[in-house]
Amino acid sequence: MPEPVIVARDLVKTYGELSAVDGISFEVAAGESFGLLGPNGAGKSTTMRMVGAVSTRTSGELSILGLDPDGSGPEIRSQLGVVPQADNLDTELRVRENLLVYGRYFGLPRRQVAARADELLAFAQLEDKGKAKVDALSGGMKRRLTIARALINDPRILLLDEPTTGLDPQARHVLWDRLFRLKEQGTTLLLTRHYMDEAEQLCDRLVVVDKGVIMAEGTPAELIRRYSTREVLEVRFGSDRNAAVAEQLHGIGERVEVLPDRILVYTDSGEADLVRITEAGLRPVTSLVRRSSLEDVFLRLTGRSLIE
Amino acid sequence: MSAPVRQESLSSAPGRRGVGSLYAGNARSVMLRGWEATRSTNWLVILSGLFEPVFYLLALGVGLGALVGRVTTTTGEQVSYAAFIAPALLAVAAMNGAVYDSTWNVFFKMRFARLYEGMLSTSLGPLDVATGEILLALARGALYAIGFLIVMQVLGLNLSWWALLALPAVLMIAFGFASVGMAVTSYMKTFQQMDWITFLMLPMFLFSATFYPLSVYPEWIQHVIQALPLWHGVEIVRALTTGAVDVGILWHGLYYAVMIVLGLVFTTRRLRVLFLD
Amino acid sequence: MSALETRTDAQAAIAAATRPRRWGFWYVAEHRFRVMRSYTGTVVVAGIGSPVLYLYALGVGLATIVDASGTTIGGVSYLVFVAPALLASAGITAATEEFSYPVFLGYKWNPTFTGIHSSPITPHQIVDGVIVSVVVRLTVNMVLFYLLMLVFGAVPSATGFLAILAGLLGGLAFGTMLMSYTSTLEDDTGQIAMVMRFIVLPMTLFSGTFFPLAQFPLWLQWIGWISPLWHSTELARVATYGYAEPVWLTAVHVLVLVGLAVFGWVLSRRIAVRRLEK
Ligand SMILES: Nc1ncnc2c1ncn2[C@@H]1O[C@H](COP(=O)(O)OP(=O)(O)OP(=O)(O)O)[C@@H](O)[C@H]1O
Ligand SMILES: [Mg+2]
Repeated sequence: MPEPVIVARDLVKTYGELSAVDGISFEVAAGESFGLLGPNGAGKSTTMRMVGAVSTRTSGELSILGLDPDGSGPEIRSQLGVVPQADNLDTELRVRENLLVYGRYFGLPRRQVAARADELLAFAQLEDKGKAKVDALSGGMKRRLTIARALINDPRILLLDEPTTGLDPQARHVLWDRLFRLKEQGTTLLLTRHYMDEAEQLCDRLVVVDKGVIMAEGTPAELIRRYSTREVLEVRFGSDRNAAVAEQLHGIGERVEVLPDRILVYTDSGEADLVRITEAGLRPVTSLVRRSSLEDVFLRLTGRSLIE
Repeated sequence: MSAPVRQESLSSAPGRRGVGSLYAGNARSVMLRGWEATRSTNWLVILSGLFEPVFYLLALGVGLGALVGRVTTTTGEQVSYAAFIAPALLAVAAMNGAVYDSTWNVFFKMRFARLYEGMLSTSLGPLDVATGEILLALARGALYAIGFLIVMQVLGLNLSWWALLALPAVLMIAFGFASVGMAVTSYMKTFQQMDWITFLMLPMFLFSATFYPLSVYPEWIQHVIQALPLWHGVEIVRALTTGAVDVGILWHGLYYAVMIVLGLVFTTRRLRVLFLD
Repeated sequence: MSALETRTDAQAAIAAATRPRRWGFWYVAEHRFRVMRSYTGTVVVAGIGSPVLYLYALGVGLATIVDASGTTIGGVSYLVFVAPALLASAGITAATEEFSYPVFLGYKWNPTFTGIHSSPITPHQIVDGVIVSVVVRLTVNMVLFYLLMLVFGAVPSATGFLAILAGLLGGLAFGTMLMSYTSTLEDDTGQIAMVMRFIVLPMTLFSGTFFPLAQFPLWLQWIGWISPLWHSTELARVATYGYAEPVWLTAVHVLVLVGLAVFGWVLSRRIAVRRLEK
């Protein structure tokens, strides 16, 4: 395995009393794509900001490309592309201008920035919007522009904080496709998601974070194998009946999880269990059998649903 | 596998109301909302607006007054410099407050906060919104006017009982500027365009016989100034506070009546185009 | 092998950051110029229009009644007396425009500073760049104003052009202080409007602008002494008509203005670091 480009050891960030990040350690190798998964307030963005060398850590060790963000911030940031959780485009400028201005911040010559800006507009499918005001873009278009902007310096490491927020399925597809290609070219990816559906396919490895600490680490497949069953049976009996019905499901599947709107039965054969439930005289309003996902891993680890 | 299907009844969009329903007689609720918003966030800012003309009056009345001595009004009276500028400052304050409320404030609500879209999708008509906003601006204007008149009284700058009528006069001036201001704003699209309004007010503020009599100018400049609204306002208020009232004041009043009507007509029309058609 | 690779990574990063480390402030200024370009119209028209209006209204209009009353201030006409003050005041106004909402915007509503900070640019460079861009804009304003003063015949002295520097310095002294305040704002519930009302306006009126400070009783004159506008006005007066004041006082004006400008600058940089690297 190549030398890691990101090394974090016992990383801590406190805001007053609150420990937003409470001793996180992980390593990301060059060319790897690494995910941070966790619920709201877990400390994902805070971690991203420290890795992005824009937030000073309270304690712990952090090294990006062999450099310490304290003191080498500009050097590190010159190699990063950052897609923050909330867009911070300059709404007083036009779309293409945003790219031009940003490219200059990396010390790139004007002509090179201009050429790159046009490529990236094409990548973001915003060619005909170059002259539009940023304010006139839809939410998804702004997101695409932010992503394009992050690529203006051909970054070695790309930090993506909830990159697909606000993207429609088609734009999302294009983005994943593009990220795959960047990964193939050797770009290191660090990304966060609430929903790991798509990220499952993209992340080589991920950590599940909750309340500022790491709950588990591994490849998506490993984590699912370790913390969940092969299949999940989802049944709904109506919000008021779920809890009561769940009492009667003992012995069915390996584990039963009750959510406000549905019951999850963790099992290795969902269809068979569904038959057992109906034979017991229980009639679910709806039912669904699916593969286990990281969502289930998360539920298992934290007792909470990711999508709150 | 059965995919969970949940049927949610889509609340049917409210049908478009008749074109005639411009006014639901409920401007009060618009005012109430404005008042609540003001009270909770920036009443101090609003109150502080009272100090602006007072600062001018103290600085210029004292400092410049010593240099200038007595000044002759249009009607031939000799008054102290402070008594000369005080009514003008009052008229200017009415203009500034009304223009601010009806331009920047309305622009922000219209383009950014999208407040009116929300309001107009209830039973309120555009005329409710327009009058509500204008009345709010007037309430604020009245507050300033009363405060400033009291200051003038304390400083002995109200030279006649006619000064009592300065209050309604100021409200009329504010009404005029507010309704025209709203009409103009409803045509504006960007902040940059809004800057021009500020810039156009500057010459009015400086030249409308505010700080010295109009007579110092060549005739053609005098005519230009007399065509602009602020000069009429200054003349009315000055006539009242110095007590030199004559019939001519009615012409100035007429000027404002026309402004008010034109402003309201255009605002209503424009709001209808923007939000209901 | 792998250790070597890390080193080259670091070396590449160090090489890539040399230009931004040196020129970062200028890239920020370039960005600001682009934004300003969207309101060039207002800057130019107001930059020419306001001086004309003020010079005419006060230097000609008001001057008629002041001069007619027989008072002269320090032996010059009212136009010559008031013009340098109007220039200094215009410097403050332009600086106020640039250091109030745009700065607050950059931190908050249109958080471009956060965006810039994700690039190799440091918070210090962001502050420097903003200030540099305002210096350029202020210079344009001051030069235009000065030329119009010449047109109005308001500059008897040959050293008059130095008033441009006085106006610039006054604008910066007040502007950087204002910037350090607006940089701390988390929310605008009218603080900026209050600054305009209770600081900028009284400063404009009570700084010996339209009449000598000595017209006021002593207990009001302190407003002038602490006001950057008074210091820059007096400097401009020395430049445009050889206003007679002791040399030490002229030195004090310069020192106060430079001191405030540097203080505001350093403070703004500190606040930027604290706020952006949170
Ligand atoms: N600048 C700040 N000042 C104070 N507290 C902060 C600050 N930034 C984050 N926090 C707190 O730190 C904790 C972690 O926040 P963070 O933004 O890292 O969460 P997150 O995992 O990204 O959540 P989300 O999924 O909602 O984006 C939260 O409790 C948050 O309130
Ligand atoms: Mg986050």
